[in-house]
Amino acid sequence: MASETSVAADTLPPSGERRRDFIYVATGAFAAAGAAAVVLPLVNQMNPSADVLALASIDLDLSAIQPGQAVKASWRGKPIFARHLTPAEIDAAKKVDVSTLRDPQTLDQRTKAGNEQWLITLGVCTHLGCVPLGAGEGEARGDFGGYFCPCHGSHYDTAARVRKGPAPKNLEVPEYKFNTPTAVTIG
Amino acid sequence: MIRLGALGAGLFFVLALMLGVVQPRDAVAPDPVEEHHKHPQKVEWSFNGPGNLGIFGTFDRAQLQRGFQVYKEVCSACHSINRVAFRDLAAIGFSPAEIKALAAQYEVASIDDKTGEAATRKATPADKFPLIYPNEAAARAAQNGALPPDLSLITKAREDGTNYVHSLLTGYDEAPPKGWTVLDGLYYNPYFASLNIKMPPPLAADDQVTYADGTKATRDQMAKDVAVFLTWTAEPKLEARKETGVAAVIFLLILTLLGYLSYRRVWADVKGPKAVAAE
Amino acid sequence: MSFPWAKHYEPKSEFTKFVDSRLPIPRFVYDALGAGYPAPKNLNYFYNFGFLAGVALMVQIITGIVLAMHYAANTAIAFDSVEHIMRDVNSGWMIRYMHAVGASFFFAVVYIHIFRGLYYGSYKPPREVLWMLGLVIFLLMMATAFMGYVLVWGQMSFWGATVITGLFSAIPVVGPAIQTWLLGGFSPDNATLNRFFSLHFLLPFVTLGVIVLHVWALHIPGSNNPTGVDVKGPQDTVPFHPYYTAKDFFGLGVYLTLFAVVVFFAPNMLGEVDNYIPANPLSTPALIVPEWYFWPFYAILRSFTVDFLFIPAKLLGVIGMFASILLLFFLPWLDTSPVRSNNYRPWSRILFWVFVVDVIILGVCGGKHAAEPWIIISQLASVYYFAHFLIILPIVSRIEKTLPLPNSIAEAVLAKYNKASSPGLAGSPGVQPAE
Repeated sequence: MASETSVAADTLPPSGERRRDFIYVATGAFAAAGAAAVVLPLVNQMNPSADVLALASIDLDLSAIQPGQAVKASWRGKPIFARHLTPAEIDAAKKVDVSTLRDPQTLDQRTKAGNEQWLITLGVCTHLGCVPLGAGEGEARGDFGGYFCPCHGSHYDTAARVRKGPAPKNLEVPEYKFNTPTAVTIG
Repeated sequence: MIRLGALGAGLFFVLALMLGVVQPRDAVAPDPVEEHHKHPQKVEWSFNGPGNLGIFGTFDRAQLQRGFQVYKEVCSACHSINRVAFRDLAAIGFSPAEIKALAAQYEVASIDDKTGEAATRKATPADKFPLIYPNEAAARAAQNGALPPDLSLITKAREDGTNYVHSLLTGYDEAPPKGWTVLDGLYYNPYFASLNIKMPPPLAADDQVTYADGTKATRDQMAKDVAVFLTWTAEPKLEARKETGVAAVIFLLILTLLGYLSYRRVWADVKGPKAVAAE
Repeated sequence: MSFPWAKHYEPKSEFTKFVDSRLPIPRFVYDALGAGYPAPKNLNYFYNFGFLAGVALMVQIITGIVLAMHYAANTAIAFDSVEHIMRDVNSGWMIRYMHAVGASFFFAVVYIHIFRGLYYGSYKPPREVLWMLGLVIFLLMMATAFMGYVLVWGQMSFWGATVITGLFSAIPVVGPAIQTWLLGGFSPDNATLNRFFSLHFLLPFVTLGVIVLHVWALHIPGSNNPTGVDVKGPQDTVPFHPYYTAKDFFGLGVYLTLFAVVVFFAPNMLGEVDNYIPANPLSTPALIVPEWYFWPFYAILRSFTVDFLFIPAKLLGVIGMFASILLLFFLPWLDTSPVRSNNYRPWSRILFWVFVVDVIILGVCGGKHAAEPWIIISQLASVYYFAHFLIILPIVSRIEKTLPLPNSIAEAVLAKYNKASSPGLAGSPGVQPAE
């Protein structure tokens, strides 16, 4: 009797391997599926919450911006530059030979058709993420009359394209659309 | 030694308690509030599902919108729902454009860009319903000493909340019991904790609001609708909760059954007739 | 494990051999919860609750860490941040309800676990330290639960914190200073909330550490069992894995199903409505009660209503409440009967059930207004509580005539099956001695 119950091993088939029949496999599979179903919300809770997402797009009123001026706004926790270009600035931006640029883009590609006087970009230098100068009144606008990043000396032109300095890309143009000729929704 | 100490400690506690037991007790005067206070009437709600069990059931969107209308046209004169954002109304069937238009009817605090002084701006869908009064003192000053509570969580902050709101709103008709004096500026309501409520009857007459969907706006209907709306404001995830719950419980029952079968199989060689016979 | 017939871990692959000779965690798990731990073969479902308590703690830790990612321990926004979790955080409502309901379930499981230990005499030699470590875990749980409840910063949080820290003000001379020190102020405020959050985060991990000691202490003598008879040989045990892992898994399924029912269909059933009202230091709720799992102790606290031997009633209540838990540390020496299981102790068994009813009565009283008749009921119930452990049990355990014990676990199991199965199998031979 002692040998019979000593350990369960005695009752196993000679192979020593307990037969993994259907019921064990099904139990294990179900448990694994359940664990996955629990992990999903635990991971997803770190994604932006509903109140954060509600602020993912903002309305911006451009009517008060005079030609040559710019405003800063906050969008998704980052600065947005909205600039009313003067005809001279538009000309200057269009005269540049695009093929000579580090990040070749025309002004038309960076503004909306029919609204090329409105240059709306992220105010985040593409080098290491500083906020460039030039949107505020009286701030340095760099060698090309656009924006100037004081951190490592990147110069942007009037289409906010990088012309000089370490920045690899032009200032990013966010997704936006015109609701009226002077009001946009960003994001 | 330990047992001797225990005996001493035991006698100490027992004597201290028994001394309390034998103290004369004051006669308990019947509390008139307790005597006349009524528990909310039970109502069958759509969100409680069949049998009012609370297992299945969803909100009736039309009812939620009617309830919101009652809140907006009646309750919101004094009560805020400051934990609800305008965007949340999408869940009760408002379109983004309607929500935007609705939000624009409200002003929220902001700061003037140019002067830096306190200003207001139109609310956006991301904003919450603004407070009616900036703080408790302002509320009490305007309300003759009463404090209208924020209603966002009211159905969870009161026992049997949905029924409570419905019963309270329709409970003004009952005459106070004999000998009960209703103080000036107070109203008798047997569903209110102290029976004396400062809120004047908010739903005074039928058709106080005009429902767009043609539902007859009786007082009872309005009370029910706003009670359901406030249930939603307190527990906006109620439907998701129950859906998830049904799926989770069904899944777990199957898993438990499988677990039981596995358990029986594992133990077959120790328990059960075969194992006993082998002994 | 101490039993010589325990199976030994044998790494098979090169990789497991590599690991085993450097950091033998697989061997550790194998010996603690695997086939290397022989457990009595007659453990009933009440023995599932130790494992379930571990699961409940893990649920609390995991959901708690998630909640801490969204919670803000500041009196101005604590309540708002909880509502933010309930409304805006993805699945936040579910995680918070799991945490809130999970606390109640954790206590329910631990109470059953404790009562199981009381019934089967699991506190008796050689398991005294195991029992005391369990009580340490229980005390840590109570502190953690109390502080966690304050974090919501609702009305009941605030007034619970006021009342419970107020207990310390009953201590003569230094009491008020201690209360001020605990609160970091003169009433619960930002300082209180912040330190409670810090400790509420810390203590579960301390608990986890004590649980490791608890399991360690369990593995020295091995599990007790419903007969209370020592394991005598291999015929009395089965390997923990797969036998008890399978049984625990089934028990876990039942537990999680009940848990899900409450979380998803009645998540506020065990809570207080007042805690959905933000804390207001100027307005006390009509009835201040702790969560249900503290009710028996709250009843004992309130049942001391008169001064005794110049000790003020308030201090007596505090002493009585703490004593009601601390006396359990002495239980192994108060109950001196050599027989562990109440199955073989006819008087003690009756006393046990009287005690269970007594605790339930105390629990009911603790949740009520401090008014008659609840005061006198809780006083009498408290009298029995203290008398049970300090007077009656020590005496009964000496004079009680116990029933004959089975010679071994295997014999007891066999007798049970013979009784249950056909008469043809009855009258089986006695059990052979262990080899």
